[in-house]
Amino acid sequence: MPLLTHASAPADALGPLASASGRPAPSDPSVTARKRRRWPSALWWSLALITLLCSIALLAPALAPYAPNEQLDIIRLKSQPPSLAHPLGTDQYSRDLLSRMLFGARISLSVAMIAVCLSATIGTAYGLLAGYIGGVVDAVMMRVLDAFLAIPRVLLLIALLAMWSPVPLPMLIVIIGCTGWFEVSRLVRAEVLAVKQRDYILAARALGAPNARLLGRHVLPNILNPVLVAAALGVGNVIILEAGLSYLGVGAHAPTASWGSIFFDGSEAFQSTWWIALFPGLAIVMTVLAFNAFGTALRDTLDPHQLAGGSTRR
Amino acid sequence: MADVLLEIANLHTFFYGDAGVSHAVDGVTFSVRSGETIGLVGESGSGKSVTALSILRLVRPPGRIEPGSRMLFEGRDLVALPERELRAIRGARIAMVFQEPMTALNPVFTVGEQIAEVVRIHSKASRREAWQRAVEMLQIVGIPAPAQRAKEYPHQMSGGMRQRVVIAMALVMNPALVIADEPTTALDVTIQAQILELLQQLQGRFGTSILLITHDLGVVAETVSRVLVMYGGEIVEEAPVRTLFADAHHPYTEGLLAAMPKLGEHRDRLRTIPGTVPPPTSWPTGCRFHDRCPYAWERCALEHPPLYQIGDRHVSRCHLAEEPERRQHPHEPLVVQRAAQAGSKA
Repeated sequence: MPLLTHASAPADALGPLASASGRPAPSDPSVTARKRRRWPSALWWSLALITLLCSIALLAPALAPYAPNEQLDIIRLKSQPPSLAHPLGTDQYSRDLLSRMLFGARISLSVAMIAVCLSATIGTAYGLLAGYIGGVVDAVMMRVLDAFLAIPRVLLLIALLAMWSPVPLPMLIVIIGCTGWFEVSRLVRAEVLAVKQRDYILAARALGAPNARLLGRHVLPNILNPVLVAAALGVGNVIILEAGLSYLGVGAHAPTASWGSIFFDGSEAFQSTWWIALFPGLAIVMTVLAFNAFGTALRDTLDPHQLAGGSTRR
Repeated sequence: MADVLLEIANLHTFFYGDAGVSHAVDGVTFSVRSGETIGLVGESGSGKSVTALSILRLVRPPGRIEPGSRMLFEGRDLVALPERELRAIRGARIAMVFQEPMTALNPVFTVGEQIAEVVRIHSKASRREAWQRAVEMLQIVGIPAPAQRAKEYPHQMSGGMRQRVVIAMALVMNPALVIADEPTTALDVTIQAQILELLQQLQGRFGTSILLITHDLGVVAETVSRVLVMYGGEIVEEAPVRTLFADAHHPYTEGLLAAMPKLGEHRDRLRTIPGTVPPPTSWPTGCRFHDRCPYAWERCALEHPPLYQIGDRHVSRCHLAEEPERRQHPHEPLVVQRAAQAGSKA
């Protein structure tokens, strides 16, 4: 229902003379409507959950009842099921699982989030250049990308990570980040190709904007939304990927706890000590779910049609 | 007479596509004097927009301005100018107003920021100064409460308001020439008149020259002093606006004038020019209009007409200048005859 849209229409009809008399504009309802625009509830709860997870990770030293790698009593407290003293139980080395989970959140979340930021940055830069320059440069850059995409990511990661034993955490992050940007740059390039054709890019060129400015101010902000969405969805993927790498022995290494390494420690004896695998598993599922919901909600919120139309589109 | 601001000579802009070379602009010559408004008129596909883009060298590959073209602006040849110096001209000395105010503004910045950006590109003004310039400019183009409206995003404004913003962006550096490419086509009729009036007001105020590109002769009649009519990538007629309306020479101009509905006249059907503009990859031989022309004879299909001098500052690319008696015997244009033949065979 396209009612109530352009509040400026009546003012427009007054013509150029209206301003000469310095009349104040009628208060514009579209401004307040914009401020009042409601975020979808999914965005709220997923963001709240992510914030919660991040604060848990940050506050781990304060929250954890024990040190994550402390073996409390290898004889009596080995593989204890959940109890009041150990809400999530203990593992086969008598370490408190809750403490390990809390510290594991730091590793899992920081690896995932930093690596995704890295991939998003590299991918955006690469895609921007390829799409904007176009022509032969674009063709070569895209063929290089095809070559990278032809290698299965997990194989590539194992090959690279096998060069260190054990892998330092920063290196793990860098390598995961540097192998994850291929899809992002494809996405960015496609967006750039579309945005490049828009009139406002031509208009900006016609007004004398140099290339760097066109890229940074006119192209980049208009392609950022899909990148943000892809990044949010990517965090979930990387958490799972990191867990898998831990299982394969090339991720976070013992005794450092990450959710993935705890999960795969516990999965070997799931029938007798189910809690060791269950809780990190649940944590991974919950986190991935939160990030995916956030990504999806973000996409819906950033949809340009909803931006432009205000309440006109549902 | 005022001095010449822009002199375009022999402009050729070709597009090298898969379907062959498209001669979109094919030997256009004209000049714009300081403070003058001239109209560039023609159907879609006649080459007017490509001419406009060529002036600022905004034609993108596979389009190319051919060697031999010359565009003298304030003593410098725009064709040969390095990209850096050209950027200093774009927006500062020559500015453009585009057809679609809906899409000519960047959706992610406020209109004030976008006007201020032009100031910041072309001068050493501070952020604050540029912003003040922007607000001032919005006031000048007749936007009420400019200080508040400057903080709005394009999607919060109506089409007419946005076109005013686009005009403000074009005029903020006080350019010598504004190229307005169909500035009113996308707007409501009432808003159209306001925008034209605004352009005229601003021209009076700043002494800017305007090259107004349009397919609407009505727009031209009210606004410009001189008209160039384009067809098939060429200028086919050039005359002062009164002469053109009173005494059009080229059959294409005649057709355009006849296609305009007139007040108080009763017609069951609007008149049109039969046929369409041919594709720019293969202009007809001889006169490019001959197959749609009601007066065409053998000569027209064979010999490409030059620009004949018709009267004072009035030229026309039509052989009727030499054989005016042919105008007495109009006939069905070739395209209509061919269509009829095809119909009778089927």
